[in-house]
Amino acid sequence: MTEIATPASAATDEARRQAEICNACRYCEGYCSVFPLMFRSRTFADADIVELANLCHNCRGCYYACQYAPPHAFALNLPRALAEVRAESWQRYAWPSALARLFQRSGVALVVAIVLAVAAIFLAMGALRPTGGRGFYAVLSHGAMVAIFTPLFLLPFLAMARGLARYWREVGGERVRLADLAAATGGAARLDNLAGGHGEGCNFEAGDRFTNTRRFAHQATAAGFLLCFAATASGTLYHYGLGWEAPYSLFSLPKLFGVPGGVLLTAGALALGLLKVRADPDLGAPDLWGGDIAFVLTLALTGATGLMLYAAGGTPLVPVILALHLGTVAAFFLTTPYSKMAHAFYRFAALVRDAQRRR
Amino acid sequence: MSAPAPHYDVIVAGAGNAGLSAAIVAAEAGARVLVLESAPPAYRGGNSRHTRNFRCMHEGPLAVLTGRYGEDEYLDDLMRVTKGKTDADLARLVIRNSPDCLAFMRAHGVHFQPSLSGTLSLSRTNAFFLGGGKALINAYCNAATDLGIAIAYETEIRHVVVGEGGGFEALEVEVAGERRIVAGRTLVLAAGGFEANLDWLAEAWGPAARNFLIRGTPYNRGAVLRDMLDQGAASVGDPTQCHCVAIDGRAPKFDGGIASRLDCVPFSIVVNKDGRRFYDEGEDVWPKRYAIWGRLVAAQPDQVAFSIIDAKSADLFMPSLYPPVTADTLAELAAKLGLPAAALEETVAGYNAACRPGAFDPTELDGLATEALAPAKTNWARPINEPPFCGYMLRPGVTFTYLGLKVDESARVMGPRGRYPNIWAAGEIMAGSILGEGYLAGFGMTIGAVFGRIAGREAAAVANA
Ligand SMILES: Cc1cc2nc3c(=O)[nH]c(=O)nc-3n(C[C@H](O)[C@H](O)[C@H](O)COP(=O)(O)OP(=O)(O)OC[C@H]3O[C@@H](n4cnc5c(N)ncnc54)[C@H](O)[C@@H]3O)c2cc1C
Ligand code: SF4
Ligand code: SF4
Repeated sequence: MTEIATPASAATDEARRQAEICNACRYCEGYCSVFPLMFRSRTFADADIVELANLCHNCRGCYYACQYAPPHAFALNLPRALAEVRAESWQRYAWPSALARLFQRSGVALVVAIVLAVAAIFLAMGALRPTGGRGFYAVLSHGAMVAIFTPLFLLPFLAMARGLARYWREVGGERVRLADLAAATGGAARLDNLAGGHGEGCNFEAGDRFTNTRRFAHQATAAGFLLCFAATASGTLYHYGLGWEAPYSLFSLPKLFGVPGGVLLTAGALALGLLKVRADPDLGAPDLWGGDIAFVLTLALTGATGLMLYAAGGTPLVPVILALHLGTVAAFFLTTPYSKMAHAFYRFAALVRDAQRRR
Repeated sequence: MSAPAPHYDVIVAGAGNAGLSAAIVAAEAGARVLVLESAPPAYRGGNSRHTRNFRCMHEGPLAVLTGRYGEDEYLDDLMRVTKGKTDADLARLVIRNSPDCLAFMRAHGVHFQPSLSGTLSLSRTNAFFLGGGKALINAYCNAATDLGIAIAYETEIRHVVVGEGGGFEALEVEVAGERRIVAGRTLVLAAGGFEANLDWLAEAWGPAARNFLIRGTPYNRGAVLRDMLDQGAASVGDPTQCHCVAIDGRAPKFDGGIASRLDCVPFSIVVNKDGRRFYDEGEDVWPKRYAIWGRLVAAQPDQVAFSIIDAKSADLFMPSLYPPVTADTLAELAAKLGLPAAALEETVAGYNAACRPGAFDPTELDGLATEALAPAKTNWARPINEPPFCGYMLRPGVTFTYLGLKVDESARVMGPRGRYPNIWAAGEIMAGSILGEGYLAGFGMTIGAVFGRIAGREAAAVANA
């Protein structure tokens, strides 16, 4: 496998400066997976810093515990330093990079993307008005939806896969074993790295107090997201496998997944946004604040418009809500490799790599 | 007309481990408590902010502590490092109460972690705070806030007003350049030592002390201690004693903390600014010797020394705060460190010639000694001949001072007319009552935790009576 060189950057140099101080101190060893990995080395190559950065979950425990945090001259703010490196690394892996620079930073860009996508769906509805179909398929045929969404799903998927492959090469990842995946899945499911090493959670919205609120809000969002995904997948299965067409009853799989999924996604994402508003922006990458907020709001909008679509079934509101929902989903998928959503992929890869290093 | 009754039952001087322990216990006993702290919030917690663990007795595995560490073994360890200059009764009191401190800490939000990588030798005796001492201070300050304790920052105590009857009445404090009076029923003094007061250190040590680095907070200037001593409070401890270690000479003047520690000495030769050796670098394992090197360096010209190693030893010790100065030749290294090149080359050549073949083992006393060299290096003596060569500048770094207030087993401070009726002391300000010299890693926090809790309990009882 060819090694990929990490380009030099001011953010990497700053994180390295801080990591070297941590390595002489080590007080934060028990907070997360970052420190045990850090303390295995005496010196840090650029790629090592990228690996540490992607493993960091920004729990902020090490900031509030640090006797060298500003105004101390050592100016330790590891959560921020690693967040900056992380953001840079995702930009570098993204293809094209410029889109990541845009969507990471600019919440407005994401809003514009949603508006454009909703408008495009409206146009499609007008142009491709179906002659039959029930429920929302009377507004946009199933065939048209598939034709629109297949590329929307595949393009970002390819871009993401390309980015992940580059990340994997840069951090020197090895062949993945089942046990690595199992360890990483466990770590992600429990969000171990937001548990503070003691289970009382992270330091996010409540300063130096630990709470599990962010951990739970994140898992509600993630579970909601996966349930919504399962709802769509089961709908596809019904449609093609069983020949049953939407709308489905409340006790069908798409609804059993979709309704709680939509509720969790909406509530979880709104909670994440609220926490972010309360948290200190200087302990993350402040430039990314707007993009991150827009991202969680997009998630919430996806969930909310899905639920509204269900509630509006049979009313004249369906076309409007359908366009809103599909447009949001389309914008969400298209921007995945460039928005905060990329974190899910890189962080999971970092957990897999960490499992490999521990074995 | 009588003065209005003081609003606070207990006033605590200093928001470090000892002061906050006292404040929390007093508030839990129902007292109205005020903590006065000279530092701003970011620097609260004094030297406790820089700690990593406390030493705890235990009869079997306890939380993160492995094995057993009994009372007698603990006391023996203490007697050995202090060469018997220990008040055995007070020491036993501290040791016996240490397991309760662990429970107290946990109940008030302090978390522990297994001993840090590189410090395995302490896993049986010392319980490490997760995140270090600042995390402990944060937890205590949150617990204090929840108990309704008021903490006034940037408030420096300048004078303890003792009334006609010999009891504490009020404090003169300075806030934003203005003097104010704060009255209270009882007082707990937990304002640390005077190690950040360079003038005072210079009185005891001579002008050389001005070149010392202060490892901890710049706020422990000893104002309260000096004021109490001036009023005739009984003192203990030798004013010329301080815990002083050799640290990275590039560290900041104050507050460099643990990261400025250097563990390279046993694998190096140490020369002064004239390029000459002056002491056996391999006398014993580093944890047993690091505390004498501060004084050794302090006795050299300009209070500076240089630890020189070669490539084969560069990875044998904990990483340093700053990378070492490196060079491909000794002459170049000397130039970079500001040492006379010829003298350094001569010292290294003489040392190399005195090294003998033998098995080198960095983990224990390996007996690999120099022959016919003065001063000898009695362990880990390998020639320094593999480039790149590395050098670290060393300076004395003061951890804490010993001179303090004399207390009894109830933490009550001794005054000119016997015990003060309503003044207690806890932590570094009274640690000299227990240790006369030497130091056992983790004992400072244990003293503060035990005596802080005693002081808080006693003060609340007197205030409520
Ligand atoms: C780098 C370093 C590492 C250490 N590591 C350990 C360790 O791992 N384990 C251990 O047991 N010990 C360790 N020690 C020693 C330990 O720090 C002390 O023994 C302990 O912190 C003393 O606690 P204290 O509460 O008495 O004082 P401090 O924690 O120093 O608190 C005193 C407080 O009083 C305030 N103050 C001072 N003067 C005034 C005034 N006039 N008015 C108002 N407030 C005032 C100060 O700002 C400070 O906040 C270490 C020391 C240093 C420097
Ligand atoms: S963040 Fe601060 S306290 Fe934690 S390991 Fe690094 S230097 Fe030490
Ligand atoms: S912010 Fe949290 S996860 Fe990141 S390095 Fe610090 S303690 Fe670890």
